Amino acid sequence: MWSSLFDKGDLYLQALGETWWMTIDSFLIATILGLPLGILLVVTRPKHIYENPIIYNTLNIIINIFRSIPFIILMVAIIPFTKFIVGTAIGVKGAIVPLVVYTAPYIARLMETALLEVDPGIIEAFQAMGATRRQIVFRVMIKEARPAISLGLTIATIGLIGATAMAGVIGAGGLGDLAIRYGYQRWELDVMVITVIILVIIVQGVQSLGNYIAKRLRKQ
Amino acid sequence: MISIKNLYKTYDQGGRKVEAVKDVNIKIARGEIYGVIGFSGAGKSSLIRCVNLLEVPTSGSVQVNGVEMTKLGSEGLRQARRKIGMIFQHFNLLSSSTVFDNVAAPLKLSGTPKEKISQRVTELLGLVGLADKGNSYPSQLSGGQKQRVAIARALANEPEILLCDEATSALDPQTTDSILELLLDINKRFQITIMLITHEMHVIKKICDRVAVMENGRVVEQGTVLDIFSKPQTQTATNFIKNVFDIHLPENLQKKFKAEQAKGEIVRISFIGETTAEPVFAELATRFPLKPNILFGNITQIKETTFGSLILKLSGSSEEIRAGLEYVREQGLSVEVLQNVE
Repeated sequence: MWSSLFDKGDLYLQALGETWWMTIDSFLIATILGLPLGILLVVTRPKHIYENPIIYNTLNIIINIFRSIPFIILMVAIIPFTKFIVGTAIGVKGAIVPLVVYTAPYIARLMETALLEVDPGIIEAFQAMGATRRQIVFRVMIKEARPAISLGLTIATIGLIGATAMAGVIGAGGLGDLAIRYGYQRWELDVMVITVIILVIIVQGVQSLGNYIAKRLRKQ
Repeated sequence: MISIKNLYKTYDQGGRKVEAVKDVNIKIARGEIYGVIGFSGAGKSSLIRCVNLLEVPTSGSVQVNGVEMTKLGSEGLRQARRKIGMIFQHFNLLSSSTVFDNVAAPLKLSGTPKEKISQRVTELLGLVGLADKGNSYPSQLSGGQKQRVAIARALANEPEILLCDEATSALDPQTTDSILELLLDINKRFQITIMLITHEMHVIKKICDRVAVMENGRVVEQGTVLDIFSKPQTQTATNFIKNVFDIHLPENLQKKFKAEQAKGEIVRISFIGETTAEPVFAELATRFPLKPNILFGNITQIKETTFGSLILKLSGSSEEIRAGLEYVREQGLSVEVLQNVE
């Protein structure tokens, strides 16, 4: 079985590279979008520091809509949008847009949960000492939620790696695509097994790293 | 220093109006320690939050140091809040910051230079007795130590007022006393006005000068702690006092006297201050042909003053008793004739 590792070494490396870049790029962009959305979801809710029912309810509904669409359908459905943003709807580039659209709302929800865990008493204490709302967001909420944020981003990354497996449909390649084309369609069981093993190792690694960072942050 | 006038706070809970604070009027003088006592749900928590506008009053006026708080804009309010320290039941420290950074937080918010922050934090940690804990995290401290950190943080901007929201309610009795002593020390040393809310009469008795008793959103009684202890006007105040200072005849004695239907009067005599009642009783026995018999007594310390209450049985003719009690009153003691033995 392991012989395929050497026979198809280039194939694995290429697939690994595609998965790697799809994950990293989409993760960074989705976090840049999702983190502020998560903050907005918390601070605009009733009785919070930037209470705003219109923004809160609209955001809530939009995020729920995107969160309900299965990735494989979302990917096809937004092809025109993908073309508009990156000029193509295929390949790694074409996959990043739907991956971001899929992951950013997920990250927003995870960030919301993390930020809601911050003790409201601490926010009140900082209001009492004359902190501005910005200071409360950055120096209290985000600072206190860092361990939970890091665990949330770990979950998002793992979900993202899962989603990249489907990006083969639009020719973006990656480990998932390798498993489907060689392992499933050509019935090369060894390729299937090795790809799965590689994915397991990656997911374990990501989870361990996330746990480690959260633990370090929590220790402080 | 703090002047609260006709204050109302109404919450809208799903269309239902809940009046948490109703027509409260309180004046707190500079350097005073003022306590508000009440059961949970009495509105004291809403009241103290109206002082620094963590809760916006529905109507009425809150003046701090002559400034009408309800009329301030957001920047003005922030500046005013920097001069009002606040501590909480659950300490509310940043768990992700060291003790040093927690105390430094208010100084950082106002953009104080680094060297000055370091100097001030060291000074404050020394003041609250945690000079060696700067690098610890709150999770490594005991409850009492956490409250000390919170006190240091509240004092960072040299406030004129300290608001204490059930500051000792999460602490054991011994730690409570040490925190109260620290508050008293701070009050004396820096002339900081303290407003505190609590459900423990012990806290009021130990450090407060004046007290307001709250019930269902209203202040039902207020005055000096000594006055409230010697002449409580409401059942609520009486109940709170009972917890720390029982002036009632124990039940078995009550039964005994009822059964005896003894002649004479049963009176409660209260005395305040260093002059104890002792010489007065001796006089009672010699000047008047009365036999004072002490049935029950209790002496305590209210802040720095001795306060006692004795229940006596006086045997003699009603004329003599009346004259005797008149004499006791002339000596400056308060006398209450108990109709029923209770």
